[in-house]
Amino acid sequence: MISKLIVGIVTAGLLLTQAAFAGRATDGTVKIIYWQAPSTLNPFLSGGTKDVESASMIIEPLARYNQDGEMIPFLAKEVPTVANGGVSSDLTSITWTLRDDIVWSDGTPFTSADVKFTADYCMHPEGGCAQMSKFGGVTSVETMGDYSVKVTFDGPTPFPYGPFVGGESPIIQKAQFESCIGAGAQECTEANFGPIGTGPFVVTMFKTNDVIEMKANDNYRDPNKPAFAKVIFKGGGDATAAGRAVMETGEFDYAWNLQLAPDVIARMEEGGKGIPISGFGPLVERFMVNQTNPDPSLPEGERSTIKHPHPFLSDINVRKALSMAIDRELLVEIGYGKAGKLTCNVVPAPKIYASDANDSCLVQDIAGANAVLDAAGWARGSDGIRAKDGVRISILYQTSTNAVRQDFQALIKQWWSEIGVETELKNINASVFFGGDPGSPDTYQKFYADIEMYANTFNGTDPQSYLGNWVCSEIPGPDTQWQGSNIQRFCDPAYDALHKKLTQTGDLNERAEIAKALNDMLMQGYYIIPLVHRGRMSAHATSLGGVVLNTWDSELWNVADWHRK
Amino acid sequence: MLTYTIRRLMFAIPTLVFISLIIFLLLELAPGDPMAEVPLTVPPEVKQKMREALGLGQPLHVRYLKWLVQFFVSEPLHILSNMTGFNLAGDAARLISWQSRSPIADIIAERIPQTLWVVGMSYVVGVLMALPLGIISAYKQYSWFDQLGTFIAMVGYSVPTFFTGVFLIVIFSVELEWFPSIYDTTLRVVDWDTFVLQFKQMVMPVFVLALYNAAQISRFMRASMLDNLNQDYVRTARAKGLKEQTVVLIHVLRNSMIPVVTVIALGVPTIFGGAIITEQVFKVNGLGQMLITAIYANDLPMVQTLTFIFAILIVLFNLIADILYGILDPRIRYE
Repeated sequence: MISKLIVGIVTAGLLLTQAAFAGRATDGTVKIIYWQAPSTLNPFLSGGTKDVESASMIIEPLARYNQDGEMIPFLAKEVPTVANGGVSSDLTSITWTLRDDIVWSDGTPFTSADVKFTADYCMHPEGGCAQMSKFGGVTSVETMGDYSVKVTFDGPTPFPYGPFVGGESPIIQKAQFESCIGAGAQECTEANFGPIGTGPFVVTMFKTNDVIEMKANDNYRDPNKPAFAKVIFKGGGDATAAGRAVMETGEFDYAWNLQLAPDVIARMEEGGKGIPISGFGPLVERFMVNQTNPDPSLPEGERSTIKHPHPFLSDINVRKALSMAIDRELLVEIGYGKAGKLTCNVVPAPKIYASDANDSCLVQDIAGANAVLDAAGWARGSDGIRAKDGVRISILYQTSTNAVRQDFQALIKQWWSEIGVETELKNINASVFFGGDPGSPDTYQKFYADIEMYANTFNGTDPQSYLGNWVCSEIPGPDTQWQGSNIQRFCDPAYDALHKKLTQTGDLNERAEIAKALNDMLMQGYYIIPLVHRGRMSAHATSLGGVVLNTWDSELWNVADWHRK
Repeated sequence: MLTYTIRRLMFAIPTLVFISLIIFLLLELAPGDPMAEVPLTVPPEVKQKMREALGLGQPLHVRYLKWLVQFFVSEPLHILSNMTGFNLAGDAARLISWQSRSPIADIIAERIPQTLWVVGMSYVVGVLMALPLGIISAYKQYSWFDQLGTFIAMVGYSVPTFFTGVFLIVIFSVELEWFPSIYDTTLRVVDWDTFVLQFKQMVMPVFVLALYNAAQISRFMRASMLDNLNQDYVRTARAKGLKEQTVVLIHVLRNSMIPVVTVIALGVPTIFGGAIITEQVFKVNGLGQMLITAIYANDLPMVQTLTFIFAILIVLFNLIADILYGILDPRIRYE
């Protein structure tokens, strides 16, 4: 009897809260924890994800990516395309039409002047804008009346959605930031800590590297949103503590980016107060296979340069066998659990760009790998290591210091020993490995090793500039201070020509076909060997509704729709 | 005494300038890049522009002198202007943090309350626990109380705070749900309820740190008491027929306190240094957490300013400890 009564009360309560969802600021407080604390709310002064995402609750771009990587208009009426006339037919300019019903949280109207100002602010040479690359190739941004903005590029730009799209390129208010342009940007603390925005929330308190307090924006365009009246955005601690606060103690509603071992997540989930969610962008853990000789006996300035081809990795059969010997399923299970997927591509997402021509890598095939090496004339020596013409297959395999990566190294060394390949492991502190100091021999660009492992990705949904990393002119060397993104030193004129074609093609389906072909050239030549498609894992309280994990934009992109269940 | 104090203060100035130079050079020579946290997808030329905007393009000595002027002249003037309302500083550049681009003095002012509340309170609690523990342990040497005190001190001293902290969280936050595992810095104590909340969130971090502090100080107290209990003057006092209470709490305690007071005074600067690990474990986000995030982000101005402030405090409290020594022990005279 009593239990029935309780059920009745609970159901009534649920109905009440669901009814309450109809209105703005009716669901009380939502508490979000990021274990990296936001330092500023001006994403133009900091490239950090924590800063970009916290600011995305307050300031918004013209269009955002949704969870599938598709663009949806936010402050613009529609996404301009060649078909709707928003993008000029020669692909050199894009014209955005803004919504005319948007007001800033201080009540003043949002106009094209604010959009133009944002571009001027970021493109100012002394401003040190972290999102400058979003405005790459832009020659001018002009207002065409109060609600229209035209962006002109220096040449045909098939993907003109760099400026004003996505969480990294939001619009700031001209009136507020006018005196903060250029070198002055550093000193506008008040504006940087409390930007006026068009988003669902307004900052009421900002403590740098600690906590942000926000309330619902009274002037938000949808009168029924956001459902929450208040936001507490706490920063600091570590991923374990953040996961615990959501899934075990229930003190917080949302925890960001839980880079934790799969068994730790599973144990936390047993707490029952929250659930982990994962989403996948294009982040891939991969091998870069050096096509040049890193031999230390070569003179300095010639090691790992195109002057000397690699003694055995320039043979495709060796590269292929190395890839075949890997059990990717086990790597996913051990290293990433739900936050990892199998892939055989370096561009695994968005879906239209993901090739299915390389799926043979999904299954480990030690016998097959041995057969490939035997057929290619790499015979086992007395020590069990394969050699041909006096060249032994002995690999120096380096990566950054990280528990999961060292586990991978140990496993892969074992598999390679089964196909007669000798492996020496090396790990380097991440700040040195990725630091880019041209004086250090241990950077990933210098690549003084045979194979190296790390993860990389691209921003937004268009892989053009990412695939452009592997054209011949991007090969790092002493003449470029070891700058350049063609880390594996791969050079194929056919690849370069096809990539050039990509930069001149406007049609989306055609672009997808070219991108897949480029991906397949890298995969089928085994210049890059993909290991794991890595995702993002976050967690939310069971009582929090409306969360859609988005890896293409800010995770908090739809915070206006969040509500209490 | 006064001339001694003045002499010591004068001597502190070159010491501090030397320390500031060492800190500056150490941070300069240490590997690291303030742009290391910026994602790989941001191109190197943009990173270079960002470095220049932070003033990193200037030569070493220029940046050092600039920092000195900002720290000793502009910042005090700005703080004074804020307190008095007069604009004394004009538009002199302030010391800016690279992570947040906001004045470092403001951030420190924002962080001091929670650090003083949590770390300061734990020091007070620790001292209040340590003194009786040390006195009784020494007086009843080798009794069960002494053994227990020694055991607690050993545990407090040798078990790291990142273990005790997480251990307490698992028991009291996850299992029993008595206390929050995350410190709320936005909480304002305005009535009884908020006071209770504040008390609850302080219990675990204060306990963890108090245990550590008490362990250390109680050992000093015990050793110092034991030294004095065997002295001739104690026997004389007892022979005169003084009550045992008077002998221990007046004669022995006063003399034993001399070295302990110095130890306590020398420990005060560490309060301001925050407790890096404990603050991280309980998300107190005070000065300690600020220092560690600044180190991770290679926020040189912040690390430099904080470590230098700690250096000033240490030099200052060394002086205070020396002066206290003179006051407590009339035999000591500095001339």
